[in-house]
Amino acid sequence: MKTDDLIRALNADTRPSGPSLRAAWTGAVLAAGALAALVFAVLLGPRPDIAEAAGTVRFLFKFVVTLALAGAALLLVVRLARPGAGLAMPVSLLLVAPALLGGAVGLEFIALPPDLWRANWVGSNSTVCLTFIPLIGLLPLAVFVTALRYSAPTRPGLAGAAAGLLAGAVSATFYAAQCNDDSPFFVATWYPLAIAMLVIAGFIAGRLFARW
Amino acid sequence: MSGNQEAELARLMRAAIAGDDRAYELFLQRTAGLLRGYCRSRISHGGIDAEDIVQETLLAVHVKRHTWRQESPISPWLYGIARYKLVDAFRRRGRAVEIEIGELAETLAVSEPETASAHEVERVLETLPAGQKAVVSSISVEGHSIGETAARLGMKETAVRVALHRGLAAIARRFGRQ
Repeated sequence: MKTDDLIRALNADTRPSGPSLRAAWTGAVLAAGALAALVFAVLLGPRPDIAEAAGTVRFLFKFVVTLALAGAALLLVVRLARPGAGLAMPVSLLLVAPALLGGAVGLEFIALPPDLWRANWVGSNSTVCLTFIPLIGLLPLAVFVTALRYSAPTRPGLAGAAAGLLAGAVSATFYAAQCNDDSPFFVATWYPLAIAMLVIAGFIAGRLFARW
Repeated sequence: MSGNQEAELARLMRAAIAGDDRAYELFLQRTAGLLRGYCRSRISHGGIDAEDIVQETLLAVHVKRHTWRQESPISPWLYGIARYKLVDAFRRRGRAVEIEIGELAETLAVSEPETASAHEVERVLETLPAGQKAVVSSISVEGHSIGETAARLGMKETAVRVALHRGLAAIARRFGRQ
């Protein structure tokens, strides 16, 4: 087939190619949030003392970190979804959540006496955390990979990993409402491990399903 | 690509999205020329026909045109797709390539030689369901309009449009999955 023949066929195909990426990703975020909320409500639900916890800085700070991560991951995945889009800004924003958490860990070393460090680090929910963050994040990840298939990621693996990071951040935001280990020591250790599982799953899913 | 060319190409694409068929045809022809120059300058050894990559990229540009933001420049988007398709073609054939990102500016448009005959799109076309294959062939290779195709194949025009749309999308998908 000559290229001019192909152009004739492409030009004759006047059916629209679909909604914009902005619309598609807005829909994906809403759907992922709703699915995460549903799975969270069914499997875990918020901790009983959430009203009191909401008055403590450590509890609230968990959401600052997970939401900062979610925002940066969303920007990153949306940029990776579009050919030719710059990555400098989202990559630098990605450093915000770890920097905040690192600062909080430093303060925790000052705030807590050394004999409490170990107990706050190990916590009592590490297995729950490592189980439920990936579990709550699984459906959101599927939604984001579907959105990537509709997009045009020129680095499908990396885009999938960013989708996994976003799913992990969304999931961790819900999980944080249940977990009563609020110390930055715990958050800085177990949350990243749990989220990393979704990042790896996202990387693999991206390479398998987001090619185009 | 010069600033003028960039602006003109973006203008054509915006007009095309707004429903101007003539603008889209011009956009595709100019894009094909640019892609041809880009691919030829990067495929130095045998095994890959530059025209195949031009066609695969045009298909991808077409089915992914909703991923271009109308307020953004169009050349980074276009060459982002071309580069992806070129790397992918080398990958499929079991070779690694390094293509720098910032190399696009000086690419010149090249016209298609009379003898050029790319095979990949046609090969994939052969694997489509009979209805889609007949419609896509009729409009591309045989050069009939939608209306003529409908009359020849005894179909409604709407059905021809649907078959064309699905057929092209299927060809584009096939390249991505290999």
